[in-house]
Amino acid sequence: MEVRVANVRKEFDRFPALHDVSLDIRSGELIALLGPSGSGKTTLLRLIAGLEMPTAGKIFFGDTDASEKTVQERNIGFVFQHYALFRHMTILENISFGLKVRPRSTRPPAGEIRRRAMELLDLVQLSGLEKRYPNQLSGGQRQRVALARALAIEPGVLLLDEPFGALDAQVRRELRKWLREIHDRTGHTTVFVTHDQEEALELSDRLCVMSQGKIEQVGSPDEVYDHPTSPFVFGFIGDSSELPVTIENGEVWVGGRAIGIPAHDTPTGPARLYFRPHDADLIEADASMAGVVTASRRVGGTRRVELEVGGDGHKVEIDLPFDHPAGEKTRLSFRPKRWKLFPAA
Amino acid sequence: MATKLRARRHRRVSPTSESRLAQWTLIGLSLLFMGVILVLPLYAVFHEALAKGIGTFFAAFAEPDAQAAIRLTLLVAAIAVPLNVIFGLAASWAIAKFEFKGKAFLITLIDLPFSVSPVISGLVYVLLFGAGSFLGPFLKSYGIEVLFALPGIVLATIFVTFPFVARELIPLMQDQGTGDEEAALSLGANGWQTFFRVTLPNIKWGLLYGVLLCNARAMGEFGAVAVVSGKIRGQTTTMPLQVEMLYNEYNATAAFALASLLALLALVTLVLKSALEWRFGDEVAAAER
Amino acid sequence: MSAAASALSRSRKRNVIPGFGLTLGFTLTYFSLIILIPLLALAIRSAGLGFDGFWKAATDPRVLGSLRVSFVTALIAAGVNVVFGTLIAWVLVRYRFPGRRIFDAIIDLPFALPTAVAGIALTAIYAPNGTIGALFAPFGIRIAYTPIGIVIAMIFIGLPFVVRTIQPILEEVSHEVEEASATLGATRFQTITRVILPSLTPAILTGFALAFARGVGEYGSIIFIAGNIPFVSEIAPLLIYIRLQEFNYVGATVIASVMLLISFALLFAINLIQAWSRRRYGYGD
Repeated sequence: MEVRVANVRKEFDRFPALHDVSLDIRSGELIALLGPSGSGKTTLLRLIAGLEMPTAGKIFFGDTDASEKTVQERNIGFVFQHYALFRHMTILENISFGLKVRPRSTRPPAGEIRRRAMELLDLVQLSGLEKRYPNQLSGGQRQRVALARALAIEPGVLLLDEPFGALDAQVRRELRKWLREIHDRTGHTTVFVTHDQEEALELSDRLCVMSQGKIEQVGSPDEVYDHPTSPFVFGFIGDSSELPVTIENGEVWVGGRAIGIPAHDTPTGPARLYFRPHDADLIEADASMAGVVTASRRVGGTRRVELEVGGDGHKVEIDLPFDHPAGEKTRLSFRPKRWKLFPAA
Repeated sequence: MATKLRARRHRRVSPTSESRLAQWTLIGLSLLFMGVILVLPLYAVFHEALAKGIGTFFAAFAEPDAQAAIRLTLLVAAIAVPLNVIFGLAASWAIAKFEFKGKAFLITLIDLPFSVSPVISGLVYVLLFGAGSFLGPFLKSYGIEVLFALPGIVLATIFVTFPFVARELIPLMQDQGTGDEEAALSLGANGWQTFFRVTLPNIKWGLLYGVLLCNARAMGEFGAVAVVSGKIRGQTTTMPLQVEMLYNEYNATAAFALASLLALLALVTLVLKSALEWRFGDEVAAAER
Repeated sequence: MSAAASALSRSRKRNVIPGFGLTLGFTLTYFSLIILIPLLALAIRSAGLGFDGFWKAATDPRVLGSLRVSFVTALIAAGVNVVFGTLIAWVLVRYRFPGRRIFDAIIDLPFALPTAVAGIALTAIYAPNGTIGALFAPFGIRIAYTPIGIVIAMIFIGLPFVVRTIQPILEEVSHEVEEASATLGATRFQTITRVILPSLTPAILTGFALAFARGVGEYGSIIFIAGNIPFVSEIAPLLIYIRLQEFNYVGATVIASVMLLISFALLFAINLIQAWSRRRYGYGD
């Protein structure tokens, strides 16, 4: 099902958590809401769920206005960070709960409920544990039960709030892959909240980067990584180096010299240059950035070098192959091959 | 119009709360129940005490028997509470700072007096020291009276107030662990210095909390004391016993006057207890769990 | 006692903190003198009767009558307290209203108010000419001096046990669990009855057992309001007292032994409930 968030604003005790947010979620896609804490990503998820009501704006499920529907009426599946399993119920009872609480007219017969719950238990690879209590499962197993429970009601939209946030790194990676598989198999429209960019980039079809109650950028992982549209996104997704520069005569100037980067579309005056450390080429030319090496450390297969550039004490980082001879030098000249210019703050 | 009203209702109610109407109904029901069961009796005590005017109220305290009862109650509490404080400190030190077999069982045993009827708490001392026992006549031959005298009343009071201080301190000291003490010892403090300068300041509010509850019960105990006191007017009647005697003699006003003093004690206890909970929540909260 | 202390100390870990022998020795000595030996005196006295003597005294009709009165009234009072205690705990934990903290503090009044004071106050209120007694008198309903009065007094003294047992567990029930229930389509009523209340079951059972145990043993607040008519409104603790006044120590001892056995069984049951809920649900302690 498509979900359309239209000009939604949300205030908590007059404190604005979301300002005029609009987002179209496509049917069947897996979309990540990514942002630092306090960016409003969880609030947006809870508004879609109906756990919060918007101060202004509307939320559509398909063509129907869901904004006035209660959480019970919206038929969504919600997975909580801390699982929120019912501790006094067995795993099977947890998964069947959503079907059992339906009014008699729409409730499947008991045998059918059980059959469906067992099927889901199989889907989440926990067959045989149906009689256990949540307390007797590991964190990863609990989260899989929580997902099965949410899927049991055949939700129109699946919403996950930091679903792997409480798990350790190893389990996290496994569950991430597994969630992708489940999504591909079941085809639910899925929205998940995360503050982990790696998770968002790896898992989602599209991601929606949020900051301070606003959406910064929406796009595929590649788009967002390769073409960030704001300094925030550039800084938040992936590693980045930033440098204050000056634009003159359609060129970028650092410390009084042009560095060989054209800037025809940027107005003359101060600006900020962003690039990724791995997008730097070492060059021996006048039109380049030159810097003094202030630190150098080996990170896996690359060497990350910190340079002081432009004489004002600004530092940038570039990556070199770990065995590159330039790693020994105290002075380096380089030029980014991909970059982005933003107006000065 | 109808849908609009419905929508507005949905907007206001969060999915994890009840409607305002339901909330106020439940609040009303609770407060009514508490009002009738808890507040009304408290009010009745003061109302009845002052029913015949302030003069009669104060006259009740002028009676020598009433004054003797007040003195005895204070004396009993002054002996029983400090003894239980020492016990509470010793027990919580042993239990919280050390690991030993049977610890869980010991904690259960300490709570035992709470599940013994007060009358039985008195009865056991009657059996131990009364006629037909071995100890009673033996002590009597040395001129020591236990039953129907101060020692019996004190013993019965200690029995019923036994767990109060210990059960506040044990969880509190278990929470605090042994780090502070080990630090003090490593800095060269001896055991007593460690206790008085490190442990005691850490537990003082919890201790006060326990003392408060212990004292309220010690001054107010009725059943256990009734059994061992013999109710000799002016000699072995504590305040609660004096209240009973006056009441049974149809001197209700005097009974309620004396009772109002005990009710006042209860109120002061509650106020101080709540103040401790609000002000030093963490330092007394461990005991609530 | 120091022998016991050193026997216990064998399993303790290496520990630099001093005072183990002293404090544990004192604890065990004091406990033995004040609690253990007197209770043993009771046990020895009743054992001395032999089974037949004990059985004969325990099955005396008046004794059975008083036990029946005590247990039936305590059962009813604990039942009422479970209903209202849960409600009050809910209201105090979940809702914000003026005076909440004062009402929260007043819950403990029965712990602080001497039982004799509560007894005469309740009698004054529920006597036929009292504030509430007068409301019922025209309909021929008497509260004071009947078993109903006993139940009222037991409700008074048992209420805080239920409220204070449920409150901390209710605070622990996470908000997320209720939201999860709502997202799965459960109505608020279903969430309360199927999710929240079941998770409180161990606490409610414990509170019930505590209130019941306290009610069975209670003396001071009841004797004024009860009427104390044998077979009708005479409670077991009062019969112990009466037997003592008659210097019938055997009679008193037998009733006390029966009551003690039952309250220790209750104590055991409470411990079982808590161990069970800790193991299965991971809370309740």
